[in-house]
Amino acid sequence: MNLPNQEETVTADTFLRGLWEENPVFVMLLGMCPVLAVTNSAINALAMGLATTFVLLCSSSLVSLFRKLIPKQVRIATYIVIIATFVTIVDYGIQAISLDLYNALGAFIQLIVVNCMILGRAEAYASKQRLGATVVNGLGMGVGFTIALLCLGGVREILGAGSLFGFPLFAENFQPWVVMILPPGGFFVLGGWLLLFNWYRQRRERKLMEQQGASVHGS
Amino acid sequence: MAAESLTFIFLNAAIINNFVLALFLGICPFLGVSAKRDTAWHMGLAVIFVMLVSSVSAYAINWLLIRFDIQFLRLICYIAVIASAVQLVEMAMKKFSPALFRALGIFLPLITTNCAILGVALFQTFREYDFLQCLAFSLGAGVGFTLALTLMAGLRERLELANVPNVSQGAALTLMLAGLLSLAFMGFAGLGGQHA
Repeated sequence: MNLPNQEETVTADTFLRGLWEENPVFVMLLGMCPVLAVTNSAINALAMGLATTFVLLCSSSLVSLFRKLIPKQVRIATYIVIIATFVTIVDYGIQAISLDLYNALGAFIQLIVVNCMILGRAEAYASKQRLGATVVNGLGMGVGFTIALLCLGGVREILGAGSLFGFPLFAENFQPWVVMILPPGGFFVLGGWLLLFNWYRQRRERKLMEQQGASVHGS
Repeated sequence: MAAESLTFIFLNAAIINNFVLALFLGICPFLGVSAKRDTAWHMGLAVIFVMLVSSVSAYAINWLLIRFDIQFLRLICYIAVIASAVQLVEMAMKKFSPALFRALGIFLPLITTNCAILGVALFQTFREYDFLQCLAFSLGAGVGFTLALTLMAGLRERLELANVPNVSQGAALTLMLAGLLSLAFMGFAGLGGQHA
């Protein structure tokens, strides 16, 4: 991953990068703790994704605005305090909106503060870029993170409880695969997704090689 | 909930609700530093130390915050304390063991963003543990973390020589292993633990 040191112009790529090429969960393996812990149902995963996106957006915009004011020596501490402030806001917000959700997510809302993805974005991107680029990039990363959470949460809920977003999908005789909503399931499903992506990437590389080989032979 | 015995709290945090394998806290270093047994063990020790320091400080801070009725500042204060504790460990390690300092590399400052440590501070506040219980809890959590990390490192050292399919190399394999370990640790649930 090469990070631009100059201020980059906003393109569609700024947004799309977070979705696929630099997806925080599937490619960079950042912020794994909430990814595994709260994805036992799709609704929890969605809520966690949205909360993280909100914190990511707000904190990186603020960091980007103040990037010339923050002294280099204390930047990490400053970033963390900024992030912690927004997490506190989200924490009280969710508590006010839905107490059920708050209880389901538990301490993991407050633990957004130590999500490496957010600090990583602040340090590697927001501290060097203009506000516009930061917002677009942050949004991309947040959406990528949410999609990844939904991928995990969806699979785990379908297999482990036979439902999606709380709606039952199968007939009565369905035997839920309970281990999938228990802790080991999180590891297994994420591992499975990574296997799938590895397989896809290798297949694409092999095809590319074959094409190149063919063109060399042809000439 | 505050009436549990110290042994139970320790065992609960270390084995039954293991921080890494059951509660998914501290996954980043768990996946990142578990390639070699030696490094994993030292990382575990550093984490135990930071956990103890930050747990004691968090206890004191929580008392102060409640006293002045400003609990909404809890998160910010906790994270500041943890960051300072990590800095302390970093300086000590740089002075006494430069080789280890280099081996741990970026993961040493990243202890700050190790959810396990903030998790200890937050859980002990939620469960309203008293001072001794806090100590037992953080020690147990640290021991549990070290246990998981060393087990994982041992497995991965073995697997380095194994012949695995090309696709499953790297993170995917590590996650599958973690899943199996987690499954094994679920067997301890019968000891009377409850998921937090």
